[in-house]
Amino acid sequence: METDWLLLFEVSLAGLGTGGLYALTALAFVVIYKATRVVNLAIGEILMLGAYAFFGLAAGWALPWWAAALGALAVAGLFGAVVERTVIRPMLGESPISVFMVTVGLGSVLIGIVEIVWTADPHRLPEFMPNAPVFIGEAFLAPKIAYSFLVAAVVIAVFVLLFRFWRGGVALRATANDQAAAYSMGINVPGVFSLAWVVACMVAAGAGILVGAIGGISSTMGVFGLSVLVVVIVGGLDSVPGALVGGLLIGLVEALAGIYLGGEYKLLATFTLLIAVLMVRPYGLFGTHEIERL
Amino acid sequence: MAAEPILEVNNVEVIYKKTIQVLRGLSLAVPRGEIVALLGSNGAGKSTTLKAISNLLALENGAVSAGHIRFAGTETAAKRPHELVRAGLFHVMEGRRIFDELTVEENLTAATYARDGKSGSAAARFELVYEYFPNLHTRRGVRAGYLSGGEQQMLAIGRALVAEPQLILLDEPSLGLSPKLVEEIFAIIARINAEQRVSMLLVEQNAAVAFAVASYGYIMETGRIVIDGPVERLTRDQDVREFYLGLGGHEGGAKSYRDIKHYKRRKRWLS
Repeated sequence: METDWLLLFEVSLAGLGTGGLYALTALAFVVIYKATRVVNLAIGEILMLGAYAFFGLAAGWALPWWAAALGALAVAGLFGAVVERTVIRPMLGESPISVFMVTVGLGSVLIGIVEIVWTADPHRLPEFMPNAPVFIGEAFLAPKIAYSFLVAAVVIAVFVLLFRFWRGGVALRATANDQAAAYSMGINVPGVFSLAWVVACMVAAGAGILVGAIGGISSTMGVFGLSVLVVVIVGGLDSVPGALVGGLLIGLVEALAGIYLGGEYKLLATFTLLIAVLMVRPYGLFGTHEIERL
Repeated sequence: MAAEPILEVNNVEVIYKKTIQVLRGLSLAVPRGEIVALLGSNGAGKSTTLKAISNLLALENGAVSAGHIRFAGTETAAKRPHELVRAGLFHVMEGRRIFDELTVEENLTAATYARDGKSGSAAARFELVYEYFPNLHTRRGVRAGYLSGGEQQMLAIGRALVAEPQLILLDEPSLGLSPKLVEEIFAIIARINAEQRVSMLLVEQNAAVAFAVASYGYIMETGRIVIDGPVERLTRDQDVREFYLGLGGHEGGAKSYRDIKHYKRRKRWLS
């Protein structure tokens, strides 16, 4: 059989598109891990919270989509601040497993809240992205995926620039590097923790709106976080470039496996990749060596 | 005493993990504009003293259980570490503790947080750092982890300069450096003290270099001060000469190890 190059190209594009969303969510995970060394397993549920907040504001309150998006980001940011202050900060210094379990519980609580407020039925988000098909050369790309990828790419680029050039980015990296030394520089370390949670939750919520726009929302959409976990483990828990490369890689592998092996092999393919990477580089592709808490 | 000292430590006790007492009624003072040396052997509690002053003890499960620490006339107990730094008390920690994943310049940028609430531009302070340490200027874009030990110490002191503090706590700046580098670093420390009028509390194991720059010295053992006095007097003290400066007590010259009988003569301040 002749290889269908166009199909391969289209599938790869779609995979990279989804990968962009993985990368964006992974970025949220990495920001929290870098700053506070908390493995946040609730990232998928925070993403879901963002999507539902958007749904509630756009469909329930009938706000225009941009206002609903801003509102959803604000809700998620506030959520991040409250959770960091009331749940995470008192746990600092406790065993990493305890904090890890707290985030697992947090995820369950979020699912519960969403099911109480919006029931467990799936919903569709109001349409807000242009519907005209996008062509790259001959290849067709679903418009939602294309635009989501663009948004994710822009947000990620902004983040990379902020990390590098903004003073707050330096403070975050300094805190990640050596907490006590960061204190001794006059950096408000608890403030950095707060900021990391707020920003990460907003990023995750933004990713949630995009994911929801593509595939609809339901109280089980938090499983998206499972793929993100694979992404950050492959990329390295504390590495921003790792999150980006890992995200695109996992997105690509999932899409190709889905088409050429069948949908049921998607997870098999990604987890095989995970095991392969961990065997060669136990700390992830770009992770710092001594990280082995999980 | 003429003016109020910039730092006063009174009868401070420190306990780690609620069980291990490290400081036992320690008192010292740093007069404005001067360098005070705090000497002692390993485990005497020198670094703990500095961490108690800068309020970094809590990060290591330690706490001040008694006594008072006053910086520039106000109690430090209620202040959080970064607030103290911004008030002008800068702690250069043991082992330099530079951010090895950040570049040299980013390390200095991190220290600009200590300037929050101060007027004047940080850029001018960067220039000043590069003036004292031209090496750092040529390597400003390099990841700090790749610097040599001496350059890292320079960077650690440079960060303190950026902060423009009133008091610098310097924890063993000579650690792991060659004698020549130690001399260089201490010459700059003396210059900074004279030119920037920064007071310093200097913790050292190397008593000779510390006494070369300090005006007053404290010697501590097992969590308390055992001798203190102006440096001129300490350098004449028989026991200090012998135990800390490595000079023969009686004839003044260097002593052969063969003649030393530690176990026969106990330090007189060990009760």
